[in-house]
Amino acid sequence: MRPAIVAARNISKSFGGVQALREVSVALHRGEIRGLVGENGSGKSTLIQILAGVLGPDAGEIVVDGKTHAHLDPREAIRAGIQVIYQDFSLFPNLTVAENLALNTELEHGTRFVSRRRRRRIATAALARLGRDIDLTQTVAELSVADKQLVAIARALLHNARVIIMDEPTTALTQREVQTLFGIVADLKAQGMSLLFVGHKLQEVLALCDAITVLRNGRNVAEGEAAQFSPGDLVRHMTGRHLQGRPRATTVSEDEDLLKVTDLSKAGAFAHVSFAAGAGEVVGITGLLGSGRTELALSLFGLAPADSGTIEIAEQAVRIRSVPDALRAGIAYVPEDRLTEGVFAEQSIERNLAISGLSAWAHPAGWISPARLRRVVAPWLGRLRIQTPSARMPVAGLSGGNQQKVVLGRWLATQARVLILNGPTVGVDVGAKADIHAQIRELVGHGLTALLISDDLRELAEVCDRILVMHRGRIVREIPAAGCDENALARELGRLE
Amino acid sequence: MRALLHRHEFYLAALTLALSAGIALANPAFCSVANLFDLCQGSTVMGLFALGVLIVLVSGGIDVSFAAIGAFSMYVTSKVLLGLDFQGSAAVALVLGGAIGTLLGLFNAFFIGFLRLPTLIVTLGSASLFRGFLLAFIGTAIVNTLPAGMVRFSKLTLWEMRLADGTIAGLPASFLLLVVAALLVGCVLQGTMLGRGIYALGGNPVAAARAGFNLRGRQLFIYGGTGLLSGLAGVVHACMMRNANPFDLVGMELNVLAAVVLGGAGITGGRGTVLGTLLGVGLIVTINNSLILLDVPSYWQKVVVGAVILVSTGITARTGWARARGAGLC
Ligand SMILES: Nc1ncnc2c1ncn2[C@@H]1O[C@H](COP(=O)(O)OP(=O)(O)O)[C@@H](O)[C@H]1O
Ligand SMILES: [Mg+2]
Repeated sequence: MRPAIVAARNISKSFGGVQALREVSVALHRGEIRGLVGENGSGKSTLIQILAGVLGPDAGEIVVDGKTHAHLDPREAIRAGIQVIYQDFSLFPNLTVAENLALNTELEHGTRFVSRRRRRRIATAALARLGRDIDLTQTVAELSVADKQLVAIARALLHNARVIIMDEPTTALTQREVQTLFGIVADLKAQGMSLLFVGHKLQEVLALCDAITVLRNGRNVAEGEAAQFSPGDLVRHMTGRHLQGRPRATTVSEDEDLLKVTDLSKAGAFAHVSFAAGAGEVVGITGLLGSGRTELALSLFGLAPADSGTIEIAEQAVRIRSVPDALRAGIAYVPEDRLTEGVFAEQSIERNLAISGLSAWAHPAGWISPARLRRVVAPWLGRLRIQTPSARMPVAGLSGGNQQKVVLGRWLATQARVLILNGPTVGVDVGAKADIHAQIRELVGHGLTALLISDDLRELAEVCDRILVMHRGRIVREIPAAGCDENALARELGRLE
Repeated sequence: MRALLHRHEFYLAALTLALSAGIALANPAFCSVANLFDLCQGSTVMGLFALGVLIVLVSGGIDVSFAAIGAFSMYVTSKVLLGLDFQGSAAVALVLGGAIGTLLGLFNAFFIGFLRLPTLIVTLGSASLFRGFLLAFIGTAIVNTLPAGMVRFSKLTLWEMRLADGTIAGLPASFLLLVVAALLVGCVLQGTMLGRGIYALGGNPVAAARAGFNLRGRQLFIYGGTGLLSGLAGVVHACMMRNANPFDLVGMELNVLAAVVLGGAGITGGRGTVLGTLLGVGLIVTINNSLILLDVPSYWQKVVVGAVILVSTGITARTGWARARGAGLC
């Protein structure tokens, strides 16, 4: 076998009481794209940080070009050509694109004084290598997510990088941006670069990678050529259990439209939107970015009220001008970005579960007894299968999937009847995703209606009863889920472009 | 030109000029050279403190101990030089005061850089510690006769003018100290990797660590440098007052922080310039000065300063916010 460029051997690492990695090994060869997959919390990011020298392992060694290190120093890693594109991109939002691109190089060369000319030269060269053009004088805070990622990749290439490690690079990207990214990755591979691609979207990993290493609970559980694995195999390795496809028994009661929207319009966002959804039904809403689907959801939840049209809940017309209006009407919204919109990470699980229903549970004088709080939220811990030793732990200590369940539970605890889910599984791993899907089906089984806004065609096909396709602010197609799969949906969407 | 319109400093300068024009109409005395010198003198101590605070704010920290450091350095320097019966130049007083300030700043840096304690807590604690130590162990009596060198320095002017009424107005030499300090801080922040590292640290501390910046070294520089500037400010203050009062300076913290924030530095780190800071100081000093000229009671000065801070930072926050919205960020 060819020698590896970098390899981690029998790495163990713990944080306080949490054993994040146990004797994990991974090796990367020249010109190889290796997928590192595993559920949230399986230790992928920790392993990456050890390879980058940002964290030191408790035991084990890192081998770079045949040389063994007990602990790599970040500068050593960079000098060895190892570059990491972190999940958060590790950019400086307050500095310009040019400075972000040049800063690490300047640092590496031991530069003391800043020269604008040199900075510009470095930055231009970096972007040229990706064949992209971004205004160098903009501050990074002003860039789109995809452009931020480009800057991060361009910066990584500057350091004579031979190994590029990407931590869940597709999480925040749209389908089209993902395709662009894959193009770039293929280019880099053609230039002889090795890539370690960390992900949990299996289709992506299987499509892109030559070889795959699977982690579960901080251990190696499988590894081999990508061709050896089917998506089902990967799921089994990642979760340690079998997840079946859709366990769906349609529970739609035909006689009652729980939510009925008629001729809803909002200038610049959507126009003449009409649809109805029954109790027990999951209605999917999809469309390209800018199709107005998010705006529609926000207006139903009162965050950006519609200009005209009517909304009825259980055949009662309701006026929704604000979030409290929507909550009173029994509409709940689970936002897209669970971390920034969804949870109060430092607060306890029970407080997070209770927050949206506080006014309902409070004593008329405004105070809330802790005992009552606990009684109200306790059943949800079990029903949602939130895995935690105590409801008083901060949410920050939960894995991503469990955090998502807390967000879900918070709204369910408000006794909502219409649930708007905006990309509920963005950035969630397969195991938790299946749990959330099952949860959604179970919830509508209790007589709720769910609107599922998503880009994930497989998710739509698996969970929804009907799928509404939006385009330029209008509903242009309604597709029954029966007999529909993700390929059929992709064709429908493709026709719109 | 458009770039200029986007700059905070532009609005600040415009506001200061508009205000000055208004005051000059109400009281022509404002426009006199004597008053201009007064403004410069009034800005010196505050400006030195503000430069230190700027560095700390840019790095993402906050410092409330600078006034206590200033008072400590000023009082100890005066006492020591008097005790030695030192007759030499004020430069020695400045060096000694600066050195004491640097040491106290490094004390902060130790807790912040090595023990990783939050900057607000550390500087709140050390402010109380320094002040308590000063009053308990060194003295509470006002030193009314300063060492000879400091007295000479206080009378030294860069430029003098004989006024119509026969008195002499002069631009104090200490103002030069502020100019030099501002240039130095500006060059370090904008032109060196040391300074860019401070912006990087303020913008994204995790990324700064990953990039391989030496963060402890930077914390030493940041808090040591702030201590140095505070020590100098203390000595200059004593020279201007012609006495060393250990109860002075403390209480200025909020005004200085306000001036720096007014100047465009972000409390959340990563933003701020020397020019903006000086303009912020200038505006606050102008407001205070003009209100005196207009015979406004001193309590009202506080009201006006507070209102200006709220309105101006409010406007900046709104425009920054609108721009972020324009870029689709929120
Ligand atoms: N800095 C840290 N402090 C404490 N625990 C951590 C830290 N970083 C990671 N962990 C824990 O280590 C485990 C692995 O985390 P991580 O490597 O981020 O997983 P992944 O990237 O696969 O989602 C998790 O249980 C996580 O909570
Ligand atoms: Mg991770």
